[in-house]
Amino acid sequence: MSEGPDDHVDVKDGGDVDDGADLTDLAVMSDLVVMHTAGADDEVVSPANPGVVRAALGLWRTRLGLALVVALVGVAVVGPWIAPYGPGEFVGTANLRDVEGASLGTDYFGQDVWSRFLYGGRSILFLASVSTLIGFVFGAAIGLVAAYDRGRLDDALMRVMDVMLAFPQLLFALVALTTVGPKSWLIIVIVGVTTIPRIARITRGATVPVVERDFIGAAEALGESRFRIVTRELLPNIIGPLLVEANLRLTYSIGIIAGLGFLGFATERNAADWGLMVQENRVALSVNPWGTALPAIAIALLTIGTGLISDGLSRTVAGIDRGRADA
Amino acid sequence: MTEPVALSIRDLRLDVAQSGHDIVDEITLEIRRGEVLGLVGESGSGKTTVGLAVLGHARKGVAVAAGSVTVEGANVLELSGKALRHARGLLVSYVPQDPGTALNPALRIDGQVLEVLRTHGFGDNDAGRRARLVEVFSEVNLPTDRAFLRRYPHQLSGGQQQRVGLAMAFAARPSVIVLDEPTTGLDVSTQAHVLETIRALASLHGVAALYVTHDLAVVATLADRVAVMYAGRIVEQAETAEIFARPAHPYTRYLVAAAPEMGSDQELVGLDGRAPSPGARPVGCTFALRCEVATAECRESFPAVEAVNRSSSHEVRCFHPFAVPERTERRGSAGSPLTRSPDAALSVRSVTAGYSRLDVVHDVTFDIARGECVALVGESGSGKSTLSRSIGGLHHEWTGEIVLDDQHLAKSARDRPVAQRLSIQYVFQNPYSSLHPRRSVADSIARPLAIAGADKSDIRRQVDRMLDRVSLSSSYGNRYPDQLSGGERQRVAIARALVSEPQVLICDEVTSALDVLVQAATIELLVDLQRDLGLAMLFVTHNLPLVRSIAQRVAVMSEGRIVELGTAAATLTNPQEEYTLRLLADTPRIPDFAGDATV
Amino acid sequence: MGILKLIIRRLVLGVVTLIIVSIAVFALTNVLGDPVTRMLGRGALPDVVAARRAELGLDRPITTRYVEWVKGLVTGDYGVSYANGTPVWDVVADRINNSLFLMAMAAAISIPLSLFLGAFTALRRDGLFDRVMSNQLLVLAAMPEFVVGALLTVVLATNIWHVVPSVSRIRPGEPPWSDFDGMILPVLTLALAVTPHVGRTMRAAMIEVLESDYVEMARLKGLPERAVLWRHAFPNALGPTLQVIALNIAYLAGGVVIVESLFNFRGIGIALRDAIPEANAPVVQFIAMFIATIYVISNLFADVITIIVTPRLRTRLS
Repeated sequence: MSEGPDDHVDVKDGGDVDDGADLTDLAVMSDLVVMHTAGADDEVVSPANPGVVRAALGLWRTRLGLALVVALVGVAVVGPWIAPYGPGEFVGTANLRDVEGASLGTDYFGQDVWSRFLYGGRSILFLASVSTLIGFVFGAAIGLVAAYDRGRLDDALMRVMDVMLAFPQLLFALVALTTVGPKSWLIIVIVGVTTIPRIARITRGATVPVVERDFIGAAEALGESRFRIVTRELLPNIIGPLLVEANLRLTYSIGIIAGLGFLGFATERNAADWGLMVQENRVALSVNPWGTALPAIAIALLTIGTGLISDGLSRTVAGIDRGRADA
Repeated sequence: MTEPVALSIRDLRLDVAQSGHDIVDEITLEIRRGEVLGLVGESGSGKTTVGLAVLGHARKGVAVAAGSVTVEGANVLELSGKALRHARGLLVSYVPQDPGTALNPALRIDGQVLEVLRTHGFGDNDAGRRARLVEVFSEVNLPTDRAFLRRYPHQLSGGQQQRVGLAMAFAARPSVIVLDEPTTGLDVSTQAHVLETIRALASLHGVAALYVTHDLAVVATLADRVAVMYAGRIVEQAETAEIFARPAHPYTRYLVAAAPEMGSDQELVGLDGRAPSPGARPVGCTFALRCEVATAECRESFPAVEAVNRSSSHEVRCFHPFAVPERTERRGSAGSPLTRSPDAALSVRSVTAGYSRLDVVHDVTFDIARGECVALVGESGSGKSTLSRSIGGLHHEWTGEIVLDDQHLAKSARDRPVAQRLSIQYVFQNPYSSLHPRRSVADSIARPLAIAGADKSDIRRQVDRMLDRVSLSSSYGNRYPDQLSGGERQRVAIARALVSEPQVLICDEVTSALDVLVQAATIELLVDLQRDLGLAMLFVTHNLPLVRSIAQRVAVMSEGRIVELGTAAATLTNPQEEYTLRLLADTPRIPDFAGDATV
Repeated sequence: MGILKLIIRRLVLGVVTLIIVSIAVFALTNVLGDPVTRMLGRGALPDVVAARRAELGLDRPITTRYVEWVKGLVTGDYGVSYANGTPVWDVVADRINNSLFLMAMAAAISIPLSLFLGAFTALRRDGLFDRVMSNQLLVLAAMPEFVVGALLTVVLATNIWHVVPSVSRIRPGEPPWSDFDGMILPVLTLALAVTPHVGRTMRAAMIEVLESDYVEMARLKGLPERAVLWRHAFPNALGPTLQVIALNIAYLAGGVVIVESLFNFRGIGIALRDAIPEANAPVVQFIAMFIATIYVISNLFADVITIIVTPRLRTRLS
């Protein structure tokens, strides 16, 4: 906002307080505030070189997170090629810890725990990544357009987002998946579509302060096209918070999709899926914990990894903002 | 009258906690009961830090390194816990710069004042405290009815909020009050009233007041004595009349020369550069880098305090006091229309503008001739920004006609043909947000040229030429806004605006966010550019004295209408309308202390 | 007067949302598959199937059935389970009790805990406790709840220590606290799912408030630290935190499905999970609307409390 006397008359208070916007803003602002107060800044980024990703990598937590993610993605992608047995192959009596040739024992169906583990990550990763990407692309677009419009389109879009947010995500996933069947595309659509309003809200919240800055006004005075302003002026300035939120959403998407697998709605029965495996092998926990523990730990490490990356990014963004504020 | 000393600061030094670099050093001053000392300095001088230290408070990252702050016999810096809390509010209190954020938004205003009284054990019961509350509210000219007292801060205007701040500070009748630029952001008339109130209260209760500010005019009217700070040190101290009549330190002399004056067409003398921040301060006099009379001696050691005139307790720290020549040139350019041609470059006819339900500009008509600068003056809420934005095509809810060079302008910039857009350019108020943070300076300046479809090879050449015009070296082209000071950024913004060789330049409060010296330099730059390029300029400002230094004619706006329109000289010395008269009366100005005195 | 109007507005919005949700739920459950075929088996004769459909009222147009269903919801007639013909309410009544108790316990533990953690780490910002706790909370926030539950089971129940049972055994008709030991893991899991989010928001809000001008001003007025915290800091940090608390309560309502599945907890989550593949539409519809209603009510509650706590929102600007 410009300093000094501001003679823009606030017309909104002629009638009622626009409570909808205020409350939504409070919630979004609180999300952004969480980002900005993440913690002690390990490093402040040099403002002349605002490479968010590069700077974030300077923090130990980002590196650790990245390492975890790379490791687990590696397992998920390469796993099937190095697995000693097929995912459905019978190797011995069910639920035994010590089995010839099966280093971590057998699962509830007599299949090799280790092999199934190696096979079980791909679907989760693929589904989570694609659905988050969809949510990100559409959500960011909606948020940007809404923030830049600041008028009726903004209100309309945000109302739609609010309604979408009011739907319990899991509920609809369960019902839809049962109706149509555990199809990958359906999971992607559901998770993707439910991610859109969340990303849209955060994007809008981060964009609104930028829209009010004068260099946007300068671009408008030059008559720059709206598209250009959104893509060249607004977008580069909110990349930071956007990346943080996208990462966060990825974390939750992994969680949800694994959860759907756990409940048995995401895949066909007996498919090799980390989430499903946690459920299938629960009964045998006292005999052979690995059937449940191994995929559970994998999911845990993966989500912790993305969470750490998120946190590293958010501290970097906060550092940049703090640096800029001191200018 | 020699009242006892209420506040005594000796050799105060405050450091950056982490690095040990000094923020302020060797601060020594005294204030007697009933006296007002103006602590003058630009941003970064450390004056706010000194003000807070008087309350024994240091912001995060700041540590007390040496010295003492004695209030009524007690060294505040050595107090802690209960004793410190006792001192705060009762012995010494604070009036913040921004009352809007300093008042708790969730508490009613009566409660916020009452808690001061309760904490310091004033009054035996609630009734007694309420009586004092009413008393102090009426002293600051606030309503005292119950309904008003039960309001929340956001239900008050800026001026009222500031008065509540004053009430809170005076409630427990402290001995010392620190006021940190309390009239920033207030309208001229509100400011005048608040200053009056401060003056009255200070003398009524015999309070010693430390008034921290960057505004010389305010200090001239309010303070008994003045201390000038630069880069963390007090470089000069004297009684008010003395320091304006015979400024000794080069920096003070520059400050006085840069202060806009309503009464004459004096050329403003600015100074580029900025004060060194903590950690970047050189050995020797910190001002030497920018000083035109600096010698080797100045760079070796910081000058000691020397008395210049004992009777007015005038002290200075300089090896060459009074050396900087006085600037009293009367300029021919700004005052009289030099190259003004009679045909209008820009015509505004019956323009009414507003926002959905409300009109803020009503039926405004005026012209700007080629080569002329018209100042658009008004307080906040007058509609001047809305009007200028409408002309620039940034605001599109308006009716009427705006004619540029015989062509009618469309409402929104986007609807105007490229040639028109490039012909009217806009410079914004806030240098910290008017440049794209991720674009280099050269790219920002080049943007209008790219839109005009200029040849790529030619663009860089033109950019360099513009940088040169605004007195920036071409190396600036590769830098990013974060690396530039406020004044430098504003120059870049001006370069960007002028690169397409517009006919009309709209300057919207372009110096309001700049320090005095930088402001003066920027104004001078604009005056030169306007003259050289034959620009028609619309200079929007709330700072009346500034008008004289840059504009030939002035339009005074109030509540959406132009109430007076005339030459700058005539309007500001002999206004016709009542509103203008009042506005002028409320504007603080530096009295002519010098008289005929020469150095 | 202003407050009332705002509350009514939010109420109306909530009702509208519920209506939209109900339409979506009804539409989706009606494509779940034909319950009659499932009941009678594939070999059933077409006439028998048709008769059964007529009996259940499934031959009427969908809009009529929707209106009837909504009427039923509002009047308390929730229909009859397709699985065994018992009224839906009888099927779910004690399960609702169990689930609500589970949610309530989780909330009762997690909310005060997270408010305390958030405030404490904000006050001792960047200290050892803050850094350790912040990382802990980050890790917890990232992991999906069933993973947290599974790991807790491994650690506390089945493999490392054996201090709590790994499944819950509440018998039908018995109150939830009849199997207190069996509730420990589910409550713990849910609480650990919620605490990090509320805790981090509270911390952020407190930090922002503690760095605000008015808190500095309160200190400069000489107020005792106690008053600064309780009168000036907390109330202003509460606003955004309440929103997140409500969102998390809503989240709890949805999250019961997973946690109950994990621990065989006899609640509505498991009932939903089982009713869906059975195409037991009335049960699914009821539970879905129940969860959605909790969702909407907690959001409404959050908005209302925020308005009450933030004077700026409930009085007109002057």
